Amino acid sequence: MTYQFDFSAVLQYWPLFLQGAETTLVMSFWSTLAGFVMGVACAIARSSGGPLTRRIVGGYVEVIRNTPLIIQSYFLIFGLSSVGLTMSILAGAILALVINITAYTCEIVRAGIESVPRSQREAGECLGLSPLQVYWHVILVPALERVYPALTSQFVLLMLVTSLLSAVGTEDLFGISGNVQALTFRNFEVFIVLWVVYLAMSALVRGAFALAGKALFVRKRRLGTPL
Amino acid sequence: MNHEQLLYLLLGAWGTVLLSALTFIFSALLGLSIALMRVSDHPLVRGGAFGYINIIQGTPLLVIMGICFYGPSILGFSDTSPLFAAVLALTVHAAAFLGEIWRGCIESVPKNQWEAAECLGLNRIQRMFKVILPQAFKIAVPPTVGFMVQIVKNTSFASLVIGFAELSYNAKILNNSTFKPFLYFGAAAVLYFLICYPLSWFSLRLERKLTVARS
Repeated sequence: MTYQFDFSAVLQYWPLFLQGAETTLVMSFWSTLAGFVMGVACAIARSSGGPLTRRIVGGYVEVIRNTPLIIQSYFLIFGLSSVGLTMSILAGAILALVINITAYTCEIVRAGIESVPRSQREAGECLGLSPLQVYWHVILVPALERVYPALTSQFVLLMLVTSLLSAVGTEDLFGISGNVQALTFRNFEVFIVLWVVYLAMSALVRGAFALAGKALFVRKRRLGTPL
Repeated sequence: MNHEQLLYLLLGAWGTVLLSALTFIFSALLGLSIALMRVSDHPLVRGGAFGYINIIQGTPLLVIMGICFYGPSILGFSDTSPLFAAVLALTVHAAAFLGEIWRGCIESVPKNQWEAAECLGLNRIQRMFKVILPQAFKIAVPPTVGFMVQIVKNTSFASLVIGFAELSYNAKILNNSTFKPFLYFGAAAVLYFLICYPLSWFSLRLERKLTVARS
């Protein structure tokens, strides 16, 4: 049996794909931003908070990291709507993604913070920096720089995993593709097109993160001190 | 939740465990080949593995699922079972990640071990299998156990495109007929946690043990 590929049937819906890709990028952008801010906050709480705070944040991280995102999103979105708390699908999806990515960001950033040697901290204090200055210049920023590659790949994975939220009805690239499949019955071609678009998008996101990393971390490398 | 519904969820959990186990076995085989290709001397072999890893890591698992689900039928294999498609897709996906993890482990074996093996007159294959891999294996165990958590969670993707009856799929079916999302998805979350948390904990413990042993 030879299969006749028919991409033209699928590609005539390119505005739909474009619209879906835009939604995917919007979802990824907001959840990355919010997840980063909250993840860093959680990491600070987990590495220097009181014992109760540590335990709560630690429990949250373990629960999120040991259950799949799809169950989390079902639990949150269907659950909230069952108790009468309704919000737009997009907002719910972004909320679920933020709750998920915060846990991963927290773990990565915490590892970075813990990898700063104690002597660095003390050296900062000896230079007469205030505790806040020490925390910012000596601990947090170098820690973020060190874990930046790991964070980047986590955020690229987040962009790819937004596709899962189509299960609760978001009209992202993957969700939209369901419509095209229904319109054309060309499932395989649709998936090939999706493949190409997602690859392009992950290359784009990776490039953006590389550029941002160069712009953000132009610290005094010329001193020759290894990080 | 009556006991029939609980049984249905447990049946789903069995599907999850089965899918995870099969995926782990096959992706370990493929991942090891990828890792070995990545450290090969031949630039073409190395480049091939590099390309594979980059393409798969840049593709959402759901898209791989779709291609593995619809792909075989256009190649003339009709009636591919959901289990086959799910295992194929998860294997393709997990092997890229395992390959990269294991490459790191192979490369973290000290360089003088490679040189010493060369001095002993071992050929490439002997060097790899008798000197490097046994040492890399020890380093690789904790991250591999940790990655099994990812595999278990990723099996939930099989409920969407493929419709394989695993835990999240069965939980959704139950919710669709009864509308008690907190109950069923909460129970599913607990079951996932019970499968995954011991693995996470074990991985962390192994990691600590290893660092203590090394320092």
